[in-house]
Amino acid sequence: MNRQAQAVILLLVGGAVLRASLTDQYLNYVKPGLQPYLILAGAILVVAGLFSLWYELRPTRPATAGGPAVAGAGGAGVAVAGGSAVAGVDGAVSPGHDGHGDVGDAAHGHGDGHGPGQGPGHGDDDGPGHGPGHGPGHGHGHGDGDDDGHGHGPGGPKVAWLLLAPVLGLLLVAPPALGSYAAGRAGSALVEKSDFAPLPAGDPVKLTMLDYASRAVFDRGVSLGERRVELSGFVMRGPEGTWLLARMMLSCCAADARPVKVALAGQLPEGLRDEQWLRVTGGYTGRQVKDVVNGETIPFIEVTDVALIETPVEQYES
Amino acid sequence: MTSSPPTSTAAAARRRRRRIGSVEVLAALLVLVVLFRDPLTESLSAPALQTWLTVFVSVMTQAIPFLVFGVVLSGIIAVFVPPSFFAKALPKHPALAVPTASVAGVVLPGCECASVPVAGALVRRGVTPAAAFAFLLASPAVNPIVLVSTAVAFPGQPRVVIARALASLVVACLMGWLWQAFGKGSWLRMPSRAHLDGMDKWPAFWASVRHDVLHAGGFLVIGAAAAAVIGVVVPKSWLAHLAADPVIAVLVLGLLAVLLSICSEADAFVAASLTQFSMTARLAFMVVGPMIDLKLFAMQAGIFGRGFALRFAPATFVLAIGVAAVVGTVLL
Repeated sequence: MNRQAQAVILLLVGGAVLRASLTDQYLNYVKPGLQPYLILAGAILVVAGLFSLWYELRPTRPATAGGPAVAGAGGAGVAVAGGSAVAGVDGAVSPGHDGHGDVGDAAHGHGDGHGPGQGPGHGDDDGPGHGPGHGPGHGHGHGDGDDDGHGHGPGGPKVAWLLLAPVLGLLLVAPPALGSYAAGRAGSALVEKSDFAPLPAGDPVKLTMLDYASRAVFDRGVSLGERRVELSGFVMRGPEGTWLLARMMLSCCAADARPVKVALAGQLPEGLRDEQWLRVTGGYTGRQVKDVVNGETIPFIEVTDVALIETPVEQYES
Repeated sequence: MTSSPPTSTAAAARRRRRRIGSVEVLAALLVLVVLFRDPLTESLSAPALQTWLTVFVSVMTQAIPFLVFGVVLSGIIAVFVPPSFFAKALPKHPALAVPTASVAGVVLPGCECASVPVAGALVRRGVTPAAAFAFLLASPAVNPIVLVSTAVAFPGQPRVVIARALASLVVACLMGWLWQAFGKGSWLRMPSRAHLDGMDKWPAFWASVRHDVLHAGGFLVIGAAAAAVIGVVVPKSWLAHLAADPVIAVLVLGLLAVLLSICSEADAFVAASLTQFSMTARLAFMVVGPMIDLKLFAMQAGIFGRGFALRFAPATFVLAIGVAAVVGTVLL
């Protein structure tokens, strides 16, 4: 991949991150607190892309950029290049060296290395033990001048093409937040707790799913008492023909999402479907069921009032 | 490094063609994807695939800020900090430089995606690789953000935080000394960046940032995609059967940490939720994860070379499991 394409990739990644973080899209993947860092990182990527394009396109390119084949091998390095790349072997200059490396190891230069190449082996030979840039078959030397004068093997900038995958994922497909499928595959994640503060004021009192489930399971409903409680989450089918209200909790990103599940008792609307978001009002009941995935206890809530609601902007509970 | 201009016009022409080629391919690819957006989105709507894509995109979104900041820091180290600074800051003797560098990991507040490019820049700047690797392993696990999140995930159990920090520092030091004793410079295949030396500071800085983002970022994509597959494919209900045997439990959670590739700031919460497992097994999960996982392996292979990663990763895994088992048995 050459520098212009590299710059375009940087712009695309930065643009995708900026778009996701300036809209609500990022909330489907990470915690709200990451927003400023996402904006900053996206901006840095865009600036890096713009600088790369500018350095590349301005009429007089910096003298050193895109030099000829340079093999940076301090040890027994051998550069392999399509043309006549040059390997710097222990600081020697070997013009017109027709590189051959041990094929298994050496990066294949994909360049047209040309000219009286200069290969002062810039391995740090007097370095403490193992300086950088050592090693046999160190195939950094292809001369198409596109890659900062050092080449890449199978693990080179070609790998940068892969960055298109998250760009397309973010810009085009924009997958939704994790829902019932992911929640059904992971066990309800409660953290054992013993001290429970009194419920805040309000009737009904709004609680997070985790708070209600913890109070119901570990406090046996003592701190919940007779209070009316309001929960919101999406519905999914649960064990023993029950309907569960569930919500995913995030610590960092959706890769560490864990569900909290509360089973619904009482009169529910007809025709519920997975992923439908509900706001339920109800009270504590001693009824419980076991999660089939990890054996964790799923408490019930005795529902007195149900409202179908729009999917909220922030679907995860943190 | 000075340059020598291309000598043959044919080569120049060929280069120009190549350059246009790569941009054109990119443009064509983007046009195609936009044209086929609907069938593409349609084909990804199966629940398992969609979950995979969400997890993949999430890991990337979470990692990109840390990757970018790590890359900027490594660019600063590569361009603005003179090598003599590190020579002064670290003890001369490598055996002493290793623990110093491990403890210095405290200053890089972030997760593991930042530490790989920074360690790469340190090695390139003449820091003893043994010390750079100790830093690489220690910093994602012992920085304040990670320790605080561990304390939050295990409320009322400060021993977990202490055990985590201690075990991580011990593994980082042991790996550094191990490299000092047995490591071979020939396993490292790092691009030398001598060309940066001849450039002005700012162009060199941006060239370093561009290169590192594309390089480490590309490998991050591989690791994130693999971790998302594991997250979707491995049913958590299997785990319950493996938790009973204490030895197997430690190994299983160590392996799970490698496969899931969860950010080190979050892994304590996941560990806390793995209630069927012993505390020692959960400690192993938190010690192994920040040091070696799929995305780290891919990034290490990209920055330091595959030969390095293939030796370094298994050694890290074995040591981390062993140390976590010992520390967990004694402290928890």
